[in-house]
Amino acid sequence: MNAIKEAFKTVSDLWSLMVGLRVTGKYFLEPQRTVRYPWKALANTATYKGHLELVGGMKDPFKPRCISCGMCALACPSHCLTVVKKKAPKPTPEEEKAIAEAKANGEKPRDKTPKDPEQFIYDYTLCSLCGTCMENCPAGALRFSKNIYMAGYSRNDFLFDLVVKLRESEATAPTEPAAPAAEKSEA
Amino acid sequence: MTQNPLLEQVAGDFYTNNFAKTAKEGSLILNLGPQHPSTHGVLRVVVEMDGEYILRAEPVLGYLHRMHEKMAEVKTAAQFIPNMGRVDYGHALGWNWAFVGAVEKLAGIEVPERAEYVRTITCELNRLASHLLWWGAYLLDLGAFTPIMYAFDDREKILDILQIPTGSRLTYSYFRVGGVAQDLNEDCIASIREFIPWMRSRLPMYKDLVSDNIILRKRIEGVGVIEPEACRRYGATGPVIRGSGVAYDVRRSDPYSVYPKLDFEIPTSELKDARGRYDVRIAEFEQSLRIIEQCLDMMPEGDVLVKGAPKPAWKAPKGEAYFAVEGARGKIGVYLVSDGGKTLYRTKLRAPGFCNLSLFAEVSQGTILADAVAILGSLDLIIPEIDR
Repeated sequence: MNAIKEAFKTVSDLWSLMVGLRVTGKYFLEPQRTVRYPWKALANTATYKGHLELVGGMKDPFKPRCISCGMCALACPSHCLTVVKKKAPKPTPEEEKAIAEAKANGEKPRDKTPKDPEQFIYDYTLCSLCGTCMENCPAGALRFSKNIYMAGYSRNDFLFDLVVKLRESEATAPTEPAAPAAEKSEA
Repeated sequence: MTQNPLLEQVAGDFYTNNFAKTAKEGSLILNLGPQHPSTHGVLRVVVEMDGEYILRAEPVLGYLHRMHEKMAEVKTAAQFIPNMGRVDYGHALGWNWAFVGAVEKLAGIEVPERAEYVRTITCELNRLASHLLWWGAYLLDLGAFTPIMYAFDDREKILDILQIPTGSRLTYSYFRVGGVAQDLNEDCIASIREFIPWMRSRLPMYKDLVSDNIILRKRIEGVGVIEPEACRRYGATGPVIRGSGVAYDVRRSDPYSVYPKLDFEIPTSELKDARGRYDVRIAEFEQSLRIIEQCLDMMPEGDVLVKGAPKPAWKAPKGEAYFAVEGARGKIGVYLVSDGGKTLYRTKLRAPGFCNLSLFAEVSQGTILADAVAILGSLDLIIPEIDR
């Protein structure tokens, strides 16, 4: 009786291996599921976060919408952002006169300082892509780029000025008829 | 031949030397790790061996210590969330939840109902991904290579889904104090609905391919028996204690979020060995799918982030709070103490893997080395979580 049980057990054990082999055989005949990366890339990267980038303004898509308030730099957990504000332009003699007049009348002179940043230094090596800066931006001037395959030869390749990056993106952007070339030089 | 006078210093570091003090005559002191394929990262276990048998074992920790608790002292509560995605890469959203839950408890913030459902769905999907990772890696430890290919095929689908709301594939920082960062969009919900029957159809295949396989059964049945009493003594939680027959699950014993409204079972196993823990995790696949399915049907419309959610400069009120969630590896607990300052005064992270690993020293005594690897894998260890 025991011998029969033993024999039955051996057969059922062997059978479990055959069942496993059947699964392997089935999948062996199916098309390949993996992708050989450099030759073929996956198409599921649309929602993936790349590095930060500045959003262009309404009028000029290559001039940042940023108002240099510095909320992003304050909010960032890893301190990877530095916003450099623009200095106020030197007033012309007529403007100086107007300011002096306004002061004499007790009015506050109008601030002519451009709002957009001089520099927006971003250290990608420190960034953890958490999105805290984006969520705290009052102007909605930050977003994640689609550049997810970014690679570099040195550490400095990951330390960049987002204002310059936005301006450079004009060269690669599809040309639109309503984008006069003269306007970009003022930024 | 003259003996090296510095032999004590060159033969090993402090741990090995200290361990060797009480070694038996003629035994061999062996370092399993810190770099060993079956230790998942950089776990080091010093073992004293007599032939093929383990007399004593001592896990050596701290190779992946990243000061997460110290970092919590210099960051505000909202700034600390990205850290929580990196404590445990396997089940990042569980840690996200434990931390934001503790802060919400401390500040008394109500989370919108839709956000609770979104949290539950994403957390359960992450649990599935974590169990699939364990399943593939455990069988890899035991010498079966192909299962990890099947596991990662399914895991990729989960990661693709989770990528839509979170934007990342592994170290999520998706939850916010008072809700979540982004709502699940139509695309995401449609792909989750597509994924559930797909995953269900894969489970019988897993059973045929691996679970019933005689080679696996001979490797894990009767190996590493842990008594419930030992689990309690070491504070083991998750599938480790459930594999010993104790139905302890934070989702049921200390319910949070929407779990009380959901209908699901807590799988347990009376086998108490590596096979029992294996069975519990396999059964949890089905339970997680059930939870996700119910949540999708019950999810109301609405906001996913409470109005006036804390900004990075927000100061937590004075007090203390403890919040625990059920992670893929067990009970994840976060204990906060705030003195009302800019940053939290103290953040204590309770990692389930730490307690589960502590069991190893006791359980591995008297087993052969190959079985010790089977026990180590059955505990489902993620070393970054243990070292924190």
